[in-house]
Amino acid sequence: MKYVKHALLLAIASLLCGCNLVVMSPSGDIAQQQSDLIIYSTILMLIVVLPVMALTVFFAIKYRASNKDAAYEPDWHHSTSLEMVIWAVPMAIILCLAGLTWVATHRLDPYQPLTRISEDQPVDETVEPLVIQVVAMDWKWLFVYPQYGIAAVNEAAAPVDRPIKFEITSTTVMNSFYVPALAGQIYAMPGMQTELNAVINKAGDYKGFSANYSGAGFSHMDFRFHGVDTGGFDAWVEKVRAEGKSELGRTQFLSLDQKSIDHPVTYYTAVDQELWGAILNQCVDSSKLCQNDMMMVDALGGGGIEGLTMRDIFAGICSSDDPAGLLTGIQRANAETAPQSERKMTLVQLDGEGLGLLDALKTRQTN
Amino acid sequence: MAGEALAHVDYSRWDPIFGKLGWDIFPFYEPVVLATFIGVVIGGMALLGALTYFRLWGYLWKEWFTSIDHKKIGIMYMVLALVMLVRGFADALLMRVQQAWAASGGTGYLDSHHYDQIFTAHGMIMIFFVAMPFVTGFMNYVMPLQIGARDVAFPFLNNFSFWLTTSGAILVMISLFVGEFSTAGWLAYPPLSGLEFSPSVGVDYYIWALQIAGIGTTLSGINLIVTIVKMRAPGMDYMKMPVFCWTTLCTNILIVATFPILTATLALLTADRYLGTHFFTSDMGGSPMMYVNLIWIWGHPEVYILTLPVFGIFSEVVPTFTGKRLFGYTSMVYATAVIMILSYLVWLHHFFTMGAGADVNSFFGITTMVISIPTGAKLFNWLFTLYKGRIRFEVPMLWTIGFMLTFVIGGMTGVLLAVPPADYVLHNSLFLIAHFHNVIIGGVVFGVFAGISYWFPKAFGFKLDPFWGKVSFWCWLVGFYLAFMPLYVLGLMGVTRRLSQFEDTIYAGYFITALLGALLIACGIGAFLLQLFVSIRNREKLKDTTGDPWGTGRTLEWATSSPPPYYNFAFTPKVHQIDAWWHMKKAGYVRPTEGFEPIHMPKYTGTGVILTIFITGMGFALVWHIWWLALVTFILALAYGIDHTFNYKRDYYVQPDEVAAIEGERTKLLSSGGNA
Repeated sequence: MKYVKHALLLAIASLLCGCNLVVMSPSGDIAQQQSDLIIYSTILMLIVVLPVMALTVFFAIKYRASNKDAAYEPDWHHSTSLEMVIWAVPMAIILCLAGLTWVATHRLDPYQPLTRISEDQPVDETVEPLVIQVVAMDWKWLFVYPQYGIAAVNEAAAPVDRPIKFEITSTTVMNSFYVPALAGQIYAMPGMQTELNAVINKAGDYKGFSANYSGAGFSHMDFRFHGVDTGGFDAWVEKVRAEGKSELGRTQFLSLDQKSIDHPVTYYTAVDQELWGAILNQCVDSSKLCQNDMMMVDALGGGGIEGLTMRDIFAGICSSDDPAGLLTGIQRANAETAPQSERKMTLVQLDGEGLGLLDALKTRQTN
Repeated sequence: MAGEALAHVDYSRWDPIFGKLGWDIFPFYEPVVLATFIGVVIGGMALLGALTYFRLWGYLWKEWFTSIDHKKIGIMYMVLALVMLVRGFADALLMRVQQAWAASGGTGYLDSHHYDQIFTAHGMIMIFFVAMPFVTGFMNYVMPLQIGARDVAFPFLNNFSFWLTTSGAILVMISLFVGEFSTAGWLAYPPLSGLEFSPSVGVDYYIWALQIAGIGTTLSGINLIVTIVKMRAPGMDYMKMPVFCWTTLCTNILIVATFPILTATLALLTADRYLGTHFFTSDMGGSPMMYVNLIWIWGHPEVYILTLPVFGIFSEVVPTFTGKRLFGYTSMVYATAVIMILSYLVWLHHFFTMGAGADVNSFFGITTMVISIPTGAKLFNWLFTLYKGRIRFEVPMLWTIGFMLTFVIGGMTGVLLAVPPADYVLHNSLFLIAHFHNVIIGGVVFGVFAGISYWFPKAFGFKLDPFWGKVSFWCWLVGFYLAFMPLYVLGLMGVTRRLSQFEDTIYAGYFITALLGALLIACGIGAFLLQLFVSIRNREKLKDTTGDPWGTGRTLEWATSSPPPYYNFAFTPKVHQIDAWWHMKKAGYVRPTEGFEPIHMPKYTGTGVILTIFITGMGFALVWHIWWLALVTFILALAYGIDHTFNYKRDYYVQPDEVAAIEGERTKLLSSGGNA
């Protein structure tokens, strides 16, 4: 199999005069396995595709009308054994391919932590994966390194052979985070977090970009991904800290989030610890109710009519120390006065016990 | 900033009379648009002038626009598709030039705002207003003839469906010069297609064009299913139907089951844009992922709505030109039915990368691969029909062989993309673009051209000129490989789709090759138009007097004259076997020349056109938020539609002496002998 693969690669490579097929010769182990899978699947399918193509040409030539020597059987239209073959052969191939697909899809599930660094090197359990939080914006990429407290726009770096865990989201429309040399892509979506586990095996300067159309600045929505050795990575972190103009808090984030095309590489020396949660819950702008709070309000019944106009009073409910206690307090206050149907709809009675609880919550929130 | 939506147009303005309209909505400051507009105006004036000069308006209205004859409606669908093919292909050329230019180191001539509209329009037009009308046209024209019917089950509805499709096409064309078109891609994924990111009227044009055309398609689907179920000639059991009728049946079941999903999905998107709801926004509880699922639950069966009918076309062409019965009819029918069912179970393969777990992704990957089994069986069936046949390489057969060789490559790359981890690196890349053009051009387009050259003599009474047909075929075939093989390579080089600018020039060679391929395809389209022209000029020489111009026709459409009389068959044929006409010929069938009886036929009506004028007006009014006009046109359409239900003079009887006169003409033609 190995020889076939190399022969096929060589054939393709020579055909293409040595152009840079980054997808077929990547520098990260995950992408490498994905490209291997392309080759194995292709070989499996060629088992049936090549004979079909050859037979088409052969029959077309042999049974051309001008060849009077060829047999002609105008009424021959059925052969049980032949029918068995034409259903069974593709079925057998697909059975193999389905098995391969099941195994490979589970092994290369982007959410799974890595089990190996490369073909002959298992993961060192003592090494902590490098976490990189990725935010797709109109039209640039923000990379946050929570373990190092730094952030960079349109540039990322990672040490070779260290597992990387990307946590990916978006502040705008759907994008797709893709570094072909490193690993396959995964969508970046607002209000959601997707994950990608990968490792870069060779040092180098690679291209990353959005692989899902996102509007006017899409063509320029790319970044550099540097695979560097451990020393190089430390140096890069130092460089970010040294060259960074400011830290990244809510204010800086909101101004960065304005639409821009071809945004220059920008470094941030420190990152607000609460920022990532606020980005995910779409409330970096603190006048907006966080999504997790909104979900909590909805789970508790929606907040009634007051809830429509006074959403801000619910801020922080989700992170309340004792949301269940809050709930029981409210329901008890409610149960005595309201009929069954309203009880379901109403979260708070804005008097008595419920109001007191909320006041307490709000006070704690502002402190 | 480059790419801002018509920066000087304020789409938040609104006036009770004119809605969002204003003098600044005409994008004529863009030279490309202005030049196109001048060309369209000159061409349009010339066309209208010619129609008036040759006094053709009355003829068009009486014989075509108001026609409820399935054959004429079928032809009108084909004309619509051909016109829109030229538009959609012009978009393709603009994109190819831009990418080749930008990849060679320039910035090209299109800004992103313009380029984004072009690729959105290209995809939407090619699927909805080229491929769909082409296959609907074939199903309309051929299927009733093949089952020995006189028309479809609901003839007026058929005319109305056609005009609704045309209405959608007209709205898209209007968007070229009035306002702008969507920049959100051909499937308009939210949140990008939502009000926040697409405040202009582009997405509204997209929505209303599709809503109107989509309802037409649904109605047409119901019509054709009922026709097959209720109107087959006596003796034609389901398992004696031609394969094309089987594929038509399965296709229309798919249409009826899936187009309502499209309608509902677009209605929810409309509510988000017009009523401030949050079904698909990214906040307030909306989920864009829901839209992506819904649109592909329609979208994947749509792929088979396009390909099943052309599989049917090939299944008719191959037996005719091998002079041999189709190999494995039964397995062909079952393969079609299996594909129909499986096509509902694969939609998620369009977004493996949206974060679903490994179990879900594997499931949808494997169901996708399973579809290749019945598809493979079909290919083998055509292959073994060639075996021990007498293959004549007439133009339809050339397209078929071209299809068989090209489609397997597309099928193979399709299965490859169905392996989720492989899809992670190939998704949204030019490899994907190459793949689906490989199956749509290599499958649908080749099938359409095979079908056109195959049935043209039936529809018009003379064959198409074979020389220009062959030129067209070779231009398309070579052009396709030149245009899309480089895209496969570019995909493996990590180039993603929908880019209008490139950083480095290493891709230049591939994009320039692809441009050359597109130019060759342009020659193919040109050769086809020339073929029409040459054939019309030489129609006497290419005339078909027999009704069975290929000599080896097997199905009932070849039993009647070319073109068929408006009532199709003087006597409804009786069917005893598969390939009814082949067996009638073998059994020494003698065409009856007397004893005609009155034939019950539907009357032409202008209601479809008039309703459509109101509905198009309503669509335009809704795009521009002109509420009073939308309301007025809606009430007019409703009232006129209800009024039509009181029209009881819808049918008449063709008298036996008229039938005798028409059939007598044919008897003379047949005895004059000589088949071109």
